[in-house]
Amino acid sequence: MHNTCSFLGCGYDDDREFATEDYEGPVARWCAGCGDHAILFAAQRLLAAEQLAPEQTMFVSGIGCSSRFPHYMKTYGFHGIHGRALPLATGIKLHRPDLKVFVVMGDGDFCSIGAAHWVHAIRYNTDMVALLLDNNIYGLTKNQTSPTTPQGLPSNTQPEGGYLPALNPLSVTLGVTNASFVAQTADWVPGHLFATLQAAYRHKGLAFVRILQRCPVWVPALFQDAVQNPDHTQLLVHEQGIVAPDVEQVYKNHHPHDPTDLDAARRIAEDTTTVRLGLFYRNEALACYDDVRRVPARTADERIAVLNAELDRHAV
Amino acid sequence: MNTHEASPAAPRKKAAAPVVTRVGEHTVEVVSDSGEGAQKCGQGFGAISARMGNGAWTVEIIPAEIQPPARTPGSTSGVRIRIGEGPVTNWGDAAQLVVAFNEQVLLSRHRLNALADDAVILIEDMWATHEDPAIVQAWNTAMEELKTRSYRFIHVPMEEQCLTLVDNARRGKNMFALGLLACIYGRDLEKTKEEIAKQFRKKSADVYERNVKLLELGIAWAEENIDFRIDVPATPPASDMVVMNGNLAIGMGAIAAGMELCAMYPITPASSVSHYLSEVFERVGGTVHQAEDEIAAVGVAIGASYAGKVALTVTSGPGIALKTEFIGLAIMTETPLVVVDVQRGGPSTGLPTKVEQSDLLAVLYSQPGDAPKVVIAPATIEDCFHCMITARRIAEALRCVVFVLTDANLATGVTPFARPRPDAKWLAPPLDLSPVPEGSLPYQWDPERGLSQRILPGQRDGMFTATGLAHDEASKVTYDPIVNQRGNAMRSRKLAVLQQTLKPPVVVGGDRGDLLVVGWGSTKGAIEEAAERARAEKLKVSTLHLTFLSPLEPGLKEIFKRFRKVMTVEINYSDEADAPFITEESRRYGQLCWMLRAHTLVDVDCWTRVPGEPLRPGRILEVLKERLGD
Repeated sequence: MHNTCSFLGCGYDDDREFATEDYEGPVARWCAGCGDHAILFAAQRLLAAEQLAPEQTMFVSGIGCSSRFPHYMKTYGFHGIHGRALPLATGIKLHRPDLKVFVVMGDGDFCSIGAAHWVHAIRYNTDMVALLLDNNIYGLTKNQTSPTTPQGLPSNTQPEGGYLPALNPLSVTLGVTNASFVAQTADWVPGHLFATLQAAYRHKGLAFVRILQRCPVWVPALFQDAVQNPDHTQLLVHEQGIVAPDVEQVYKNHHPHDPTDLDAARRIAEDTTTVRLGLFYRNEALACYDDVRRVPARTADERIAVLNAELDRHAV
Repeated sequence: MNTHEASPAAPRKKAAAPVVTRVGEHTVEVVSDSGEGAQKCGQGFGAISARMGNGAWTVEIIPAEIQPPARTPGSTSGVRIRIGEGPVTNWGDAAQLVVAFNEQVLLSRHRLNALADDAVILIEDMWATHEDPAIVQAWNTAMEELKTRSYRFIHVPMEEQCLTLVDNARRGKNMFALGLLACIYGRDLEKTKEEIAKQFRKKSADVYERNVKLLELGIAWAEENIDFRIDVPATPPASDMVVMNGNLAIGMGAIAAGMELCAMYPITPASSVSHYLSEVFERVGGTVHQAEDEIAAVGVAIGASYAGKVALTVTSGPGIALKTEFIGLAIMTETPLVVVDVQRGGPSTGLPTKVEQSDLLAVLYSQPGDAPKVVIAPATIEDCFHCMITARRIAEALRCVVFVLTDANLATGVTPFARPRPDAKWLAPPLDLSPVPEGSLPYQWDPERGLSQRILPGQRDGMFTATGLAHDEASKVTYDPIVNQRGNAMRSRKLAVLQQTLKPPVVVGGDRGDLLVVGWGSTKGAIEEAAERARAEKLKVSTLHLTFLSPLEPGLKEIFKRFRKVMTVEINYSDEADAPFITEESRRYGQLCWMLRAHTLVDVDCWTRVPGEPLRPGRILEVLKERLGD
């Protein structure tokens, strides 16, 4: 872990070692069987694996079941407003590039009310991890259709079944200029989930990870076929992709995919007949907004000199 | 047939000596079609006058479109410049001299009663003899309408003159017009050239040279053909002065306050704050972030503020509407934030380029739930600069949201003011990321004051999750009624603490009398001028101008009681008491008036208008007299 903090008070010696428990907040209040529990644990494991100082790590969320995430972490957190975690996180990174920022949002959050920010955050490519916890339903508000709800699936707002084909978060993201990391994983494949989070964290730029997440209360049947039949899930495999050998033993349906191939990534993302887990695309050569916009710090004297020159320019 | 003077067909002989009239102040308008550069000319004239030591106040006349159809009243683009021997605090009543690039834009000003009855009008006369008969017809019709006043017309062959130097006279008339004004008002040639150099600093030397030639051509033409001069004596100021518009002053104030992030989304009339900052901010370690929308702009500012120094977002009414939910989050999480609202006419898209003071109640009450915040309103361009330093400090000290309400009048108006002396104490201190003392909580409210110390990410042992949900001192989510009551009280109490530090407002004029006029924001100069004229007529009128609107400045009720009548004058909508259906029960008052009535239980009245232009002191004076006569 490279501590790049250059602010007052950051110079202390740091010989701490962190275990998974060091990142555990209060007991999570999600329903029993909710996929969010597994994602929370994977995140805590990741932080321990990467030895991230808890005070240098931030979880930023929107509103919804999954957005309670920061409350259950023992790091800094900002539980924001519905759909708008990404602007908050962007602001945090612009002011504090030293912080490690993770954004956690649900499908209503990310793909519906926050869709504008989603597209632009992908283009900004700010160096952070954005997790879409996609259970295909509005949970906290009690069972309303979300943009990713499968067509025909009944809900409280569309009782005859979803009217339209579901929005495809992967193909949308892969269509945005400057997208630099697009992966999909699932809450019920812990090894793959962890490996994906780790790859996302280590990526330079905005790492977008869609996590298929079960909601046992509102849509219990939804991912059951994939959960029970590993063969119905296809792993994208490549030495540059998500490497999880243990998972590959269990999930034998493999699809070799080179994550530098954007055309192929878009093509396979379009095909939603099979659940695919893995890294669709990665490109670290793309511009990161936080790098492009970084300005050197200035002393008080320097600032005052510039301001005096500006005032002189407008002198009477 | 036209009978106006100085037609190009019969050029006037060079007058032996022009008649010089010495006056204490004079009001000029330069009006053209959009895109012909009248604003550069007029703002330049104002700045040059200020540099020479005249008081000056300029107001831009801005169409809502970039290229509206030419030669229509709707395309009028220009500036009014009021200059004086002493300080000038507002745009005055009527223009006494006008440079008009065509008769249609002149007509628009005439119809708004913007011109004095005896105004001198320098008008481009190419339209009178244009090859298109429709244009000649329009000219003749306009001239008939304009005859109803005793304007004095001087025909100026601007096009013909400019074509001797440039191929496209549309791009040159403004500097020629500046030459006319420079001659008539005896402006210093060197200072005028300096102003041109400043205006074209981003262009090539050729462009500068060409514009100076156009200026000199205008001066030469005026010397030859214009038989009068106006002398507004200028006293070089005793102390250093600067001259700029309010949006620039806001930008400079943000720098002086040590802010490092301005997140914005383009919106008229606020955008030029970010244009200025985009030019300069990086040199002081700052960033302008143009977000994908108004909501993201405030979100980025809140994120940045939460993690570091107080950040800024700049917008106008429609942007305020969009930012509402996020501002509630900043208030609930006690994240300091400065929001500048450059007010324009509303509701909805309203009058995008024109002044109004209609956002006060929206800013105060737009969040659901109780969402206390600080609201301050600069009254002058100088205030625009200094209030940013105040706003940043209050935001930090109180962990609160501070709104700065300016308006389109301050945004584009240009006036000289005392040069600020930047001080390191104005800057935000560096972030202190030391480990927090054991047991520190993120909302460790002082139970009386509601104040608490911010904990920043990066501070060891301080980890917490900020949340818009109801929470306790530890930021733990809770729906407990006692905790929720306390949280509300703590966020509100901070305003009362701030109010204790404020001084009672200054009453200008007698401290008791028949009428007290209360205002806020950019109307200060016009209101005070009107009251001064009233006092000159032996009327017992005083004024009071509020800078702090939330919390309100202390002692208002005591002051109000000393006057027979109290009224506000504002640029927002209120029902007139005698309008159809309006009764004492149904009448809706001006926004400050409404607040003052609730706050003081005094029967405060109001006179408010939404003309899309600054209030004129002469009109306010008429109202004061009417009210005193009641």
